[in-house]
Amino acid sequence: MYSQGLIGADGSTTETPEFLDTFQKRIDAEQKIEPTDAMPEGYRRTLVRQIGQHAHSEIVGMLPEGNWITRAPSLRRKAALLAKVQDEGGHGLYLYSAAETLGVSREQMTEELHSGKAKYSSIFNYPTLTWADIGIIGWLVDGAAIMNQIPLCRCSFGPYARAMIRVCKEESFHQRQGYEIVMTLAQGTPEQKAMAQDALNRWWWPSIMMFGPHDADSQHSDQSMAWKIKRFTNDELRQKFIDATVPQAEYLDLTIPDPDLKWNEAKQGYDHGPIDWDEFWRVVKGHGPMARDRIKDRKAAWDNGAWVREAALTHAEKRRARKMAAE
Amino acid sequence: MAVFEAILELADDHLVLGHRISEWCGHAPMLEEDLAMPNMALDLIGTARTLYDRAAMLEGKGRSEDDMAYLRGEREYRNCLLVERPNEDFAHTMLRSLYFAAFMRPFWLATLEMTTDETVRGVAGKAEKEMAYHIRHAGEWVIRLGDGTEESARRMRDAVAALHIYTGELFESSPAATEAEAEGVLPVRADMRAAWEDVIGQVFAEALLEAPEVPYPQTGGRKGLHGEGLGHLLAEMQSVYRAHPGATW
Repeated sequence: MYSQGLIGADGSTTETPEFLDTFQKRIDAEQKIEPTDAMPEGYRRTLVRQIGQHAHSEIVGMLPEGNWITRAPSLRRKAALLAKVQDEGGHGLYLYSAAETLGVSREQMTEELHSGKAKYSSIFNYPTLTWADIGIIGWLVDGAAIMNQIPLCRCSFGPYARAMIRVCKEESFHQRQGYEIVMTLAQGTPEQKAMAQDALNRWWWPSIMMFGPHDADSQHSDQSMAWKIKRFTNDELRQKFIDATVPQAEYLDLTIPDPDLKWNEAKQGYDHGPIDWDEFWRVVKGHGPMARDRIKDRKAAWDNGAWVREAALTHAEKRRARKMAAE
Repeated sequence: MAVFEAILELADDHLVLGHRISEWCGHAPMLEEDLAMPNMALDLIGTARTLYDRAAMLEGKGRSEDDMAYLRGEREYRNCLLVERPNEDFAHTMLRSLYFAAFMRPFWLATLEMTTDETVRGVAGKAEKEMAYHIRHAGEWVIRLGDGTEESARRMRDAVAALHIYTGELFESSPAATEAEAEGVLPVRADMRAAWEDVIGQVFAEALLEAPEVPYPQTGGRKGLHGEGLGHLLAEMQSVYRAHPGATW
């Protein structure tokens, strides 16, 4: 589903200027860096952190949407939502695999998620309260994800860039199906339309916070930009998203909950009102309304499944021993 | 009317089992199973949708697939008891799927041979392949767990003890099903016994499990006599749809 502007990257590195210079020349020449290539430690660490956060976001993101699978109000919607949530899990799997090429295991990353050491997109720490949230998440949250992720298809690290190509195709489909859910509600009964407006009111600000702090306050962007892990700044992406989304809301006759939102002819884009950065940092730091429940659910799934994973390994070992004894 | 009801029984089996499996989504023991569970739920719900649509057409009262799924209560649902059993743990869930798929695969294969209903034939052609891999997926897990650790073996035996009593109902034809069989729409359920026992026997031999004697089989689903769990399942599934009568989603 989504990767957020990277939280807390540390791009510091200790290699010689010559090594860094040669590496930078490859990046500048748009050559892809592959797992077996020499790379600065800071580059590797930044990618492990970013891809890990992205993978965790996909996995945790299964929970708020999964919350509505059993209640989806038509069989067609139920099937589409199941397929969508499955896609998110699939994205998690590719991304863990891409991170593993950098020498970190899925188990290690999973433990870091459970211990709170690794972050995931804070958007998933908000609750899905009505069916309309499923539409709004597809439209806004997946829409914001696409803005972030399309440039990642050109990321300098090969495995991440290649994984993102498929991920983006699926996200784009998710975004359209989300919009279609919201359109159906907006054109439905007054109750359905109110449900859509309520969901838009709750998800709008968290969605535009997904792009991360303003450029002036974003400490780690410069090195990531130079390494071409990141291609656009937080504010550039946020602007693109708002400019694309406002006409879509107007078409549905839904109101974006920002009284300061207005077209700026000079910049050919929308100006928006102030973002509540206190809320942003509160949620990023783990105090979002669903933060504790999300990690509790992930840990419960992992812990309750321990005996299954252990049995699978034991069985494989027994099979191997029997095969060897027979040879 | 009887054919309509017999197809409805099949559709309910698939929807209810698909719903149960979908409850795992995001909570499975490993990421690979978080992907596999929705896949199998999708197969089952997909089959249910086509069957509801066909049943509604045969009934001829203008009901939609969603009316069938969302506007009938627990006394009107006609699924067998096996599919509504709660997930409990991964052992129960895999065994329930194995029992069901091992019945449905020969059922659909037989349907392909004999049915006069083209829609049902279409469903059978697709579902037969899906049931083959459900057998493979669930069967491999039953073997891994049955011949895994002490704990997994115990859980697997508990699952057999809990669920085997519901398997007899798979082979029973309700009056509606009997008519659908006589009319050449669906195959005779009891005829699937040998193929089912063959699959279960092979899996159990490798899983170090034994099929218990069942002196008192549990039945009643085809008459709308369910366990208490189904009402909760339906209350959850139908909550939004019923709260907004006539709305389009």
